[in-house]
Amino acid sequence: MKLSINRRQMLTIGAGAAALGMLGLPVTPAYAKNDSDEAIAKFTGGKAPTAGRVKLDLPEIAENGNTVPMTVSVESPMTEQSHVTDVLVVTDGNPRAGVATFHFSPASGVAEANTRIRLATSQNIIAIAKMNDGSFYSATKAVKVTIGGCGG
Amino acid sequence: MLSRRDFLQVAAATTALIPAGWSQAFAQQRLTQSELLAFSPVGNVTLLHIADIHGQLVPLLFREPSINLGVGESKGLVPHLTGRTLLDHYKIAPGSAAAYALTSEDFTSLAKSYGKLGGLDRIATIVKTVRAERGDRVLLLDGGDTWTNSYTAMLTKGQDMIDCMALLKPDAMTGHWEFTLGAERVKEIVDKLGFKFLAQNIRDTEWNEPAFEATAMFERGGVKIAVIGQAFPYTPIANPRWMMPNWSFGIREDELRANIEKARRGGAGLVVLLSHNGFDVDRKLAARVSGIDVILTSHTHDALPEAVKVGKTLLIASGCHGKFVSRLDLDVRDGAIKGYRYKLIPVFSDAIAPDAEMAKQIGKIREPHEKMLREPLGTADTLLYRRGNFNGTLDDVIGDALLSERDAEISLSPGFRWGTSILPGQTITREDIYNATAISYPAVYRMTMTGARIKEILEDVADNLFNPDPYYQQGGDMVRAGGISYSIDVGQKIGTRISDLTLLRTGKPLESARDYTVAGWASVNEGTQGPPVWDVVMSHIAKKKVVSPKDGGRVRVVGG
Repeated sequence: MKLSINRRQMLTIGAGAAALGMLGLPVTPAYAKNDSDEAIAKFTGGKAPTAGRVKLDLPEIAENGNTVPMTVSVESPMTEQSHVTDVLVVTDGNPRAGVATFHFSPASGVAEANTRIRLATSQNIIAIAKMNDGSFYSATKAVKVTIGGCGG
Repeated sequence: MLSRRDFLQVAAATTALIPAGWSQAFAQQRLTQSELLAFSPVGNVTLLHIADIHGQLVPLLFREPSINLGVGESKGLVPHLTGRTLLDHYKIAPGSAAAYALTSEDFTSLAKSYGKLGGLDRIATIVKTVRAERGDRVLLLDGGDTWTNSYTAMLTKGQDMIDCMALLKPDAMTGHWEFTLGAERVKEIVDKLGFKFLAQNIRDTEWNEPAFEATAMFERGGVKIAVIGQAFPYTPIANPRWMMPNWSFGIREDELRANIEKARRGGAGLVVLLSHNGFDVDRKLAARVSGIDVILTSHTHDALPEAVKVGKTLLIASGCHGKFVSRLDLDVRDGAIKGYRYKLIPVFSDAIAPDAEMAKQIGKIREPHEKMLREPLGTADTLLYRRGNFNGTLDDVIGDALLSERDAEISLSPGFRWGTSILPGQTITREDIYNATAISYPAVYRMTMTGARIKEILEDVADNLFNPDPYYQQGGDMVRAGGISYSIDVGQKIGTRISDLTLLRTGKPLESARDYTVAGWASVNEGTQGPPVWDVVMSHIAKKKVVSPKDGGRVRVVGG
């Protein structure tokens, strides 16, 4: 079989599609890795966040990858004694991981923010909340970005 | 055509085989209206449910799937049992009326014995009979996919169905294909509908405010009933988003929980979710969202002769194309179901008398077009059907038409679950083709795609069908691919399910970087150019005269 693939496609095959070797068709890995680990490590100072207290409200499948509604909220009394200070949102499949960092204070009342984000492909969205006592909590949600059609 | 006498004899001959199982009606000596409708009533509420009629006003043949694979937690469970496995599961005798209605086993020969099912005039008879018997205890609910996918529905933008449903007087409905009439038309219809169009999971995209009413409260048999509507969550993904650009859908569990709580606070003793989620999504949802007594499922066209229980929630699956009416009697006391009885009533059109008022209305709609619709185009050489996870034989014929009429190497045809079946030797009419193709975005495009892109499309659609998490399943059945063959391992992840892609024309593997000419229809992109698909298919059949799919068996299912 004659393969006509360029260097870039070759690398894609090498990275994510070993099982397809026979056919030689490149695929984009659905859950590719970018610099999200580094961004999280920088935010937490290397501490591993505890899963929980953070809620990511995103659709399971995006209606439009260019503008996906997202709400992030954190369970917290938001008092001087106990409140959220920052929430970092990153993705692990966009060319660059960073999405947003939200800053809160007790005056915020609730730790909740919503915006619209852009997703290049199917991937995980990760939110990390930093509390005023220096602890970190996290939530992860997978969102699929699909070609669509074939509607039943 | 079978005479009534032949019909009764056939029914009598087969009923001897039927053990205790699905339905008392089939343990009786023959199929009659009174036996089909026989029901020993229970409690103070009767829910009647119909769904996925897809614009079909008159009786038809519809072969149930022979392949309906379950993945993840649904593997090996109903509704993913087909053929003999399904018959064994429900203890239904092969060759019985029930076996014919519920499976693809011996479809051709049984269709000749038992004839067509459905017809809105027969459904009207059933609804009127139950209402007469149960009085103010009855609630009739329509799960949607009602207003589209026949010739007259397409011509009248759903008005034919709306006028007929007005006679049936449902208490509420929800939707999916309805939205492919376009947002403006939907709003115009809903304003004048005369009953509730419910969808708790649709918001406007600008302010995130509810676009439709979420809940309707009814009082039946002394019970306060909350019916919450759930439209197909992935309508703007599976169908063209440009037709409803200002509406956002989704499953929206949290909003649903809030709506249930509100309904209970408002005194609801029974909470019903009128859902177009699809069965696997509803099964998952029932386990995650508490407080729903009954989910009336639809979208995936499953016909299940028994209710499925998830925790305290009853799931009902009422089939499609008007083949069945579900009757669920409930004994509701102190805010809970204390007892129930369920029957999936098959609408055998030779046994159930048409309701005169509805028959007249259907006649009025069809009369101007009847001659054209009955016009013969050719003859079916083999059984032609669509429903199933992979290519049906009718899809293969559509694929062959796209290849030859549009001079393409590869064809792509959507995995819609609707469309009537055609028996071997039967004349193929214009109506048969409209019944498989009548949509509001029918253009047949012709374009080039690389081998890599084609594989990407197949992987993407396969994940929308076989993702182990039902919340990540999006569409209908697998896209039907003509001109190529491939293997699929449904148990794999996206990117690794599809292999051995081969171009049938050359017998050679698909090359990743080569361009291939592709013809397809039902593109979700705005402004797609090309002739309507029915013209392409009709032209192909008219040339062929006798039609059978050219390249059967193009998908190999491995592993899983």
